[in-house]
Amino acid sequence: MKAILSVIGKDKLGIIASVSKELSDLKINIEDISQTIMQDYFTMIMLVDTSKCTLPFDEVTKRLSELGKKSNLDIRLRHEDIFNAMHKL
Amino acid sequence: MISQSQIIETIKMISDQHLDVRTITMGISLFDCAGEDTNKVCIKIYDKIMKKAGNLVKVGEEIEKEYGIPIVNKRVSVTPISLISASNNDGLKIAVTLDKIADQIGIDFLGGYSTLVHKGMTEYEENFIKTIPEALTVTKKICSSVNVGTTKAGINMDAVKLMGKIVKECAYNTRENSSIACAKLVVFCNAVEDNPFMAGAFHGVGESDTVINVGVSGPGVVKCALEKCDGSLNEVSEVIKQTAFKITRVGELVAREASRRLKVKFGIVDLSLAPTPAVGDSVAHILEEMGLESVGGSGTTAALAMLNDAVKKGGIMASSSIGGLSGAFIPVSEDIGMINAARAGKLKLDKLEAMTSVCSVGLDMIAIPGDTSEEIISAIIADEAAIGMVNNKTTAVRIIPAYGKKAGDEVEFGGLLGTAPVIAVNTSSPAKFIMRGGKIPAPIHSNKN
Repeated sequence: MKAILSVIGKDKLGIIASVSKELSDLKINIEDISQTIMQDYFTMIMLVDTSKCTLPFDEVTKRLSELGKKSNLDIRLRHEDIFNAMHKL
Repeated sequence: MISQSQIIETIKMISDQHLDVRTITMGISLFDCAGEDTNKVCIKIYDKIMKKAGNLVKVGEEIEKEYGIPIVNKRVSVTPISLISASNNDGLKIAVTLDKIADQIGIDFLGGYSTLVHKGMTEYEENFIKTIPEALTVTKKICSSVNVGTTKAGINMDAVKLMGKIVKECAYNTRENSSIACAKLVVFCNAVEDNPFMAGAFHGVGESDTVINVGVSGPGVVKCALEKCDGSLNEVSEVIKQTAFKITRVGELVAREASRRLKVKFGIVDLSLAPTPAVGDSVAHILEEMGLESVGGSGTTAALAMLNDAVKKGGIMASSSIGGLSGAFIPVSEDIGMINAARAGKLKLDKLEAMTSVCSVGLDMIAIPGDTSEEIISAIIADEAAIGMVNNKTTAVRIIPAYGKKAGDEVEFGGLLGTAPVIAVNTSSPAKFIMRGGKIPAPIHSNKN
């Protein structure tokens, strides 16, 4: 399954590293990545493939949001289709 | 890949602007459960709903997690129970069974303690209507509706007369609890058969066995989109349409996914801007964002007409299965902007009635003084039904004559039902008009055949 991971929060050292490591541990492949700083806020969007991940989806979202809480970031994983439905004709 | 700004737009809509799927409602036909022996009927109903909707809440929660969008309510609507109890005359027992089932499967409301009497009322239907106050008092999750008129048939004024009495009884029966039974009772004209929203949902007789209907909402999203629009009303309308389109697409996605997972036909998406008492989730605030100082003032009807129309246009472009009520809801107690305007005396019953002629429903969640007479309540219902009948649209009355309260007091319902400032009614008596009974014939333009 393709999903969109969003990471939003105060910019600091090692955000990409810690998120990428967690994804790698979960066997989630990063297919595309974009990142920007908007009004001091770090905003990263990743397109990921979860097909090799063995954990159930809600377990994965829980682990990622826990990582987010630890690092004071808002990390969310959502099925790609919700974005396609809204923005693609 | 979709652009970063589009992704952020979606995320903001969900996390900051209250975009949500308001309800996944499974409509279930109970025709195959009808019979003379109420015990057997209740067993059949239990088995059928458990089989069809036993997983509804679980599947709803799974979709919620996977797509990251809140699905606020999971509900069931059933065939109007007056039809299922026609040969056993024991609607009340069925209501109690349905309430237990609703509890067991974890849904928040079950709609369909209903009857359609727009052209005439049989004896069993009249008896059924008389059970509504008790049914709504002894159950917690059951919602009831009565259709008293249609454009094609006219208005059944005998039913309208009876409903004034029923609404008062509901208020009295639950007087210790803010007359809450009235919040679960809707009197319709032109009721729709596939409405997923409560309290008016029932599974129409023309529907297939089981369907999934989804109600999607997001007044906050529309308001936020309008905050960036300084242009003419043409541009305002365009922004609303585009936003409604996006919201509806999410609703359709969720509806299709729920229907696939539950192996139940996809029915309709109902895009209705349904407010909640939360700040940032108000239809009144959209109207104020358009340029009104306060909802209820002059200009409100025009602004609401445009909002309702633009919402429908955006929704229809986004999905081929638009149904239900689809438009803007104006439940006073559930909308912080309406509550504030009513408190300040800027939103009155007459203006609300005018607003219902251009929005998608009717006089909704309005508290009126507890000593309002049955006849006045019947006459309010008649006025509203007349607006629906003549304009070929659905109208409804969900009004609460709050026991022991007078104009200026407030009634607290709690949760999504919110707080209702008690609004004054015109006390001149319509008693003679209501006591005449009979029917108001269908309007001339209903004769289209």
